[in-house]
Amino acid sequence: MATMETTTERPIGFGRLRRKEDARFIRGKGTYLDDIRLPGMVHGVMLRSPYAHAKIVSIDTSRALAHPGVAAVVTAKDLETLGLAWMPTISYDTQAVLAGDKVRFQGQEVAFVIAVDEYTARDALALIDVEYEPLPAVVNARKALDPEAPLIRDDKDGQSDNLASPLWEAGDAEATDRAFAEADTIVTRDIIYPRCHPAPLETCGMIADFNPNTGQLDIYNGNQAPNAHRTVYAHVAGLAEHMIRIRCNDIGGGFGNKVPVYPGYVCAIAGSIVAGVPVKWIEDRSENLMSTGFARDYIMHADICSKDGKITGLRVDVIADHGAFDSTAQPTKFPAGFFHIVCGSYDLQAAHVQVKAVYTNKAPGGVAYRCSFRITEAVYLVERMVEALALEMNVDPIDLRMRSFIAPEQFPYETTTGWTYDSGNYAETMREAMRIAGYQELRKEQAEKRARGELMGIGVSFFTEGVGAGPRKHMDILGLAMNDGADLRVHPSGKAVVSISAQTQGQGHETTFAQIVAEELGIPPEDVQVRHGDTDRTPYGLGTYGSRSTPVSGAAVAVVSRKVRDRARLIAATMLETRAEDLAWEKGRWYVKGDPEKGALIEEIAAYAYGGQPMPEGMEGGLDAQVIYDPPNLTYPCGAYICVVDVDPDTAAVTVRRFIAVDDCGVRINPMIVEGQIHGGLAEGIGIALMEVITFDDEGNCLNGSFMDYLIPTALECPDFELGETVTPCPHHPLGAKGVGESPNVGSPPAIVNAIIDALHETYGVDHVDMPCTPARVWAAMQGRAEPPQ
Amino acid sequence: MEVKITINGQEVARDVEPRTLLVHFIRDTVGLTGTHWGCDTSNCGACVVLMDDKPIKSCTTLAAMCVGHEIRTVESLERDGQLDPIQMGFHEKHGLHCGFCTPGMLMTTRALLDSNPNPTEAEIRTAISGAICRCTGYKNIVSAVRWAAEHEAAMKQEA
Repeated sequence: MATMETTTERPIGFGRLRRKEDARFIRGKGTYLDDIRLPGMVHGVMLRSPYAHAKIVSIDTSRALAHPGVAAVVTAKDLETLGLAWMPTISYDTQAVLAGDKVRFQGQEVAFVIAVDEYTARDALALIDVEYEPLPAVVNARKALDPEAPLIRDDKDGQSDNLASPLWEAGDAEATDRAFAEADTIVTRDIIYPRCHPAPLETCGMIADFNPNTGQLDIYNGNQAPNAHRTVYAHVAGLAEHMIRIRCNDIGGGFGNKVPVYPGYVCAIAGSIVAGVPVKWIEDRSENLMSTGFARDYIMHADICSKDGKITGLRVDVIADHGAFDSTAQPTKFPAGFFHIVCGSYDLQAAHVQVKAVYTNKAPGGVAYRCSFRITEAVYLVERMVEALALEMNVDPIDLRMRSFIAPEQFPYETTTGWTYDSGNYAETMREAMRIAGYQELRKEQAEKRARGELMGIGVSFFTEGVGAGPRKHMDILGLAMNDGADLRVHPSGKAVVSISAQTQGQGHETTFAQIVAEELGIPPEDVQVRHGDTDRTPYGLGTYGSRSTPVSGAAVAVVSRKVRDRARLIAATMLETRAEDLAWEKGRWYVKGDPEKGALIEEIAAYAYGGQPMPEGMEGGLDAQVIYDPPNLTYPCGAYICVVDVDPDTAAVTVRRFIAVDDCGVRINPMIVEGQIHGGLAEGIGIALMEVITFDDEGNCLNGSFMDYLIPTALECPDFELGETVTPCPHHPLGAKGVGESPNVGSPPAIVNAIIDALHETYGVDHVDMPCTPARVWAAMQGRAEPPQ
Repeated sequence: MEVKITINGQEVARDVEPRTLLVHFIRDTVGLTGTHWGCDTSNCGACVVLMDDKPIKSCTTLAAMCVGHEIRTVESLERDGQLDPIQMGFHEKHGLHCGFCTPGMLMTTRALLDSNPNPTEAEIRTAISGAICRCTGYKNIVSAVRWAAEHEAAMKQEA
């Protein structure tokens, strides 16, 4: 047997390993959806409604069908014969695949043209004659609640208003009233989290390839949850689940936009079944922005109160605008997602939240744009309210937070709205951000600048997120438990393949998950292949969104690695002719306690396991294991963010000069990738706070349907981010890790808006401004005539 | 119409519709799928290629406009198995996540280094301001370009 002198010779799993997946991307050799060409493949494009609300009087496809190169034109009538005219959404609502009775938002899918190539198919779109009878549109969620408002969902039996679901409440209303009755200070704000869009750089699309001879449906698609999608298609299309294979190769970003099933997918599948050839459908940028899952669109009214200098109560009343169909991405039992985590990081006496959901003539959603199910809205609200309270109390906003934080010894901490936070040391995290920022010096600089008439603002936010959905006892999506599988096989040579159900869209899973196996088995990460994105070759699980990859799938990989290690121990005992309990583990090797020279490396154990020698009593050959991991709780990362802005007094243009982000996401597996995730989320937060918005005119015309109007930050709007960390391990995660991907998107918008208000309050009396803080909107606020976005 | 373009040093002649966009010519007609398409409106830069060594957006350029010109795509960067320093920089500094913007970023910054071998952070940020990355927040892309500039200089000295 080989011997090892020290453990340090074995590879280290965790650390700043350069990414394995880079090799193909830097050569332009990734395989994104549009890079795939199948023999005989035809192309589908979508005809979309120019109206936000209109009856469809007639659809005449004859001219389009006669166009050379057009194979088929599919309308709602055709889908009805297949039972596919409507499909379920992930929130148990229904959504028209193609509009038959009427259109309910601008950009809604009306007809699907299949032709030899995309140019021809788009030519044919202009040849479809649709007669519409326009109806009044409702784009404002408050107006949708008016009893006189036009009924949007007349397709639903018994629907007589525009309410999308019953009023939903969390927390204790009476206790909250008491907290307010006893309070010293009460502040009220109306706060809007405007509609925005994840806008991944690669748009959504699918290639559906139905083989009429075998009944097999092959799907190529960039989605964030391939196993769940397969189950949905089996239900929707009445196909056998085991005859559907979904392959997600490389995905050009997702950010929540690629969670739902879209009408274009169903049309591509139906098209392939009818035409008997592969059908490719890829939306253009306008289609992506105007019809696929938007985010946010929460109209919030809130009261916050304090007593004896500490935050004590919070009351929130929300109108959630879901658009024409409620396809909100959230676990079944939570109609407002995790919004009731709105208590934030504070030890409140009481809180109460209620959410009313409405339909409007806008695109359906909402999805969580790099957000764990509405936590972004919750964090934005509470951090804006805390800032407003500090302003009213005339105290430093960090002091107020420090006095009100949940203390380290209070964990695990039960919030008044029903959450069990796992761990955290909020004051330590906040102090680290202050240290990096040089908070006191910044305040001095600000005072000096104010004296010179310059507008500098310092904004703070502190967030706690609940990520890694989630425990099957608490949550599911469409009846599917939010668990993840992992299947690990160590081959005779000691090289391993781990198959996972998480679905990367750029998060670096091929590297991070290899590092977990490497750490647990003591083999080099380059000897571990991570298999994902293929329902035929991966275990069942719910995919990647809600920062759940590391909390759920990462835990699954750690647990399955330990199972393999335990099997290896039994085999090693046989090899070494000793008892398993007499063996000790060091990275990559079981050895005899008291006789460290005598041991067996994982690769030796693997060779033995597949070899001809006797296995331990009752054990099969080979070295592998599989698990389905059910997390006992969510993980609760936190972070302290400080933003420094300069506002131009003449143009009201906001510049984010510095951004300090201290994240505590527990143990970091690959700090380089974690930091990369934080940088990316911060940029999105800057976009949301300053630029990104989807708005509509009174007739329901979308005003931000291209990148000319939907503004995404470039390198010029982003500062050189300054990161820090504290580490409070997650007590129930096998690696002590928490999710992190969404934290920066969640935590940064309130810090930026708070900074803008901090810059303007003293000189202009501004105490509120709604996002996006464009120069026009900030200028209006400076003039005392700020209006919320429509 | 027949369109004859030199792509990555090889002359390519194809019969295409006059309206064929350069990005579609490169991807669909020639089959070089490293160049991506992201927005239709010249905003995102996923489709950037070099025309006569200058970055252009191939989603708003007709293939017919490139007749007689030299086009370079991401596939041309690696030569004889040797990565371009800019490719190495993106890998070393984690300048990419999903990889979709990467080819456009690589070509944009290759052109920058060709004209300015030692760019400052501000110059790099300005140079890539016509390209959107939705994943990285740009910080590591800036570091990647700096890495490439420094290593390229060192490699030239050694050579």
